[in-house]
Amino acid sequence: MALNRTDVERIAHLARLEVGEQELAAYAETLSRILGLIEQMNAIDTDGIAPMAHPLDAGLRLRADEVTERDQRERFQAIAPSAQAGLYLVPKVIE
Amino acid sequence: MHRKSVAELSKALNKKDISSCELTSVYLDRIQAHSELNAFITVDRERALKQAQEADARLKAGTGTALTGIPIAQKDIFCTDGMLTTCASRMLANFVAPYDATVIRKFGEAGSVLLGKTNMDEFAMGSSNETSFFGPVRNPWDRRCVPGGSSGGSAAAVAARLAVAATGTDTGGSIRQPAALTGITGLKPSYGRVSRYGMIAFASSLDQAGPMTRSAEDAALLLNVMAGFDPLDSTSVDRPVPDYASTLDRPLTGLRIGLPQEYFGEGLGTGVAVAIESALEEFRKLGAKILEVSLPNSSLAIPCYYVLAPAEASSNLARYDGVRYGYRAPEYEDLWEMYAKSRAQGFGAEVKRRIMIGTYALSAGYYDAYYLKAQKLRRLISSDFDRAFEVCDVIMGPAAPSTAFELGSKTDDPVAMYLSDIYTISVNLAGLPGMSIPAGFDSNGRPIGLQIIGKYFDEARLLNVAHKFQQATDWHLRVPEGF
Repeated sequence: MALNRTDVERIAHLARLEVGEQELAAYAETLSRILGLIEQMNAIDTDGIAPMAHPLDAGLRLRADEVTERDQRERFQAIAPSAQAGLYLVPKVIE
Repeated sequence: MHRKSVAELSKALNKKDISSCELTSVYLDRIQAHSELNAFITVDRERALKQAQEADARLKAGTGTALTGIPIAQKDIFCTDGMLTTCASRMLANFVAPYDATVIRKFGEAGSVLLGKTNMDEFAMGSSNETSFFGPVRNPWDRRCVPGGSSGGSAAAVAARLAVAATGTDTGGSIRQPAALTGITGLKPSYGRVSRYGMIAFASSLDQAGPMTRSAEDAALLLNVMAGFDPLDSTSVDRPVPDYASTLDRPLTGLRIGLPQEYFGEGLGTGVAVAIESALEEFRKLGAKILEVSLPNSSLAIPCYYVLAPAEASSNLARYDGVRYGYRAPEYEDLWEMYAKSRAQGFGAEVKRRIMIGTYALSAGYYDAYYLKAQKLRRLISSDFDRAFEVCDVIMGPAAPSTAFELGSKTDDPVAMYLSDIYTISVNLAGLPGMSIPAGFDSNGRPIGLQIIGKYFDEARLLNVAHKFQQATDWHLRVPEGF
């Protein structure tokens, strides 16, 4: 399936990626080529085949509900782009 | 000293013929002298020498392991406490990890020395090491060429003898393809064999870490340390770990080698085909039997992978939002812009393409046509291997369709680049172990890799098969000129 500029804008929005006006055409072209490769999948009938999510078809393990983490807030926040008084700072969301 | 293997150095260290401090200095100097290869992103001389001192003390006390004092390079995808861990991305160019990946912890406990963190494709997305924010790595066999990717820095470092051994990760071929292109030994273990904890996620149902070394024997010694159950990785498999070094010498008499006809068709370079044929002849001499097998859905592996891997990546990389760590754009008006600009500026072109493909494949209305369809094909590809392994013990073929290609020759065409992994991707989809070992050179003197694929958790057999081949040949001992 060939993507157009509007498709690219929509996907970029969903992916939270800023894409400039001048990049839209190039993205549409490259992503369409990749989708062309992907669509070779349609050559094969997969009706009735069980989808495979994990190589060993294993489910996720459960564990006891115990506290295993220790408090490392200061360490973790030391590498944050902007933190103050134990909080991560971002632009104002609620007026 | 820099030509010696892990096994040889381990003996020398334990007999106190050399010290880890001396050995580590030799390698640190080599890394500096060959910085033009761009194999490393971070080298911490002080930290390495301190670890070497500790290793020497441990060796003196007689409590060393096979890897105590051995200088190793780690792919810059493993979180390393207190050290820059970038994943070769601008997004993490300032990220000092606050904890150790399980792989890093295990090498630390074994007493090995961390020389530095190796260059790679950004977030492990690439087959040439050209998507790195820190610039491409050069192939020590021919500096005009790429070393392959995504573990290109580790591959170049081992090939150029800038580290005794290294680690890599393999989502679609990222250990085996660069191992092939640089003439070293690379092993991708079965999915679940090595913990993924602290290994920066690309496609979680495919990612697996493994050793990149000069020989199968060295790979066995590293895998002994890396493998094992880890409660911190929800997909880690709880199975006993054998001593991989103890079964290396088993005779290959009666070994059944399956040759998938699909791996020898159109697109395979002539030089590669000839080298693989000679390698098979060597295995016949070692007593193995060769038979044809079929993996009929092989051609679907690349389309299937380029749905699943980007879909999982788009989800995994959603965490990079400029809030808690990593890159944040300098200017933005509101929260929305902060996300979109930080991600647009922090990620490189290939990463953004894959995030967009994955986002599209998972978006409302397209899930069944792409993601579900790909998961069904994954089942078919995996079942092909099950059937083949009913009649053979290992599968062999080329690791890559061509030898190392020139820098820049495929960067404008992502689809052409994706085809570099045509023989490796299906192994990740099935979750099987796979190896690449040196098997010759093409007419330009560029290395060729033989791929060996095994049954689930049959790493010991792969290493045994590779070791016997390396006892009978000397391809793995060849070193590029000037190194």
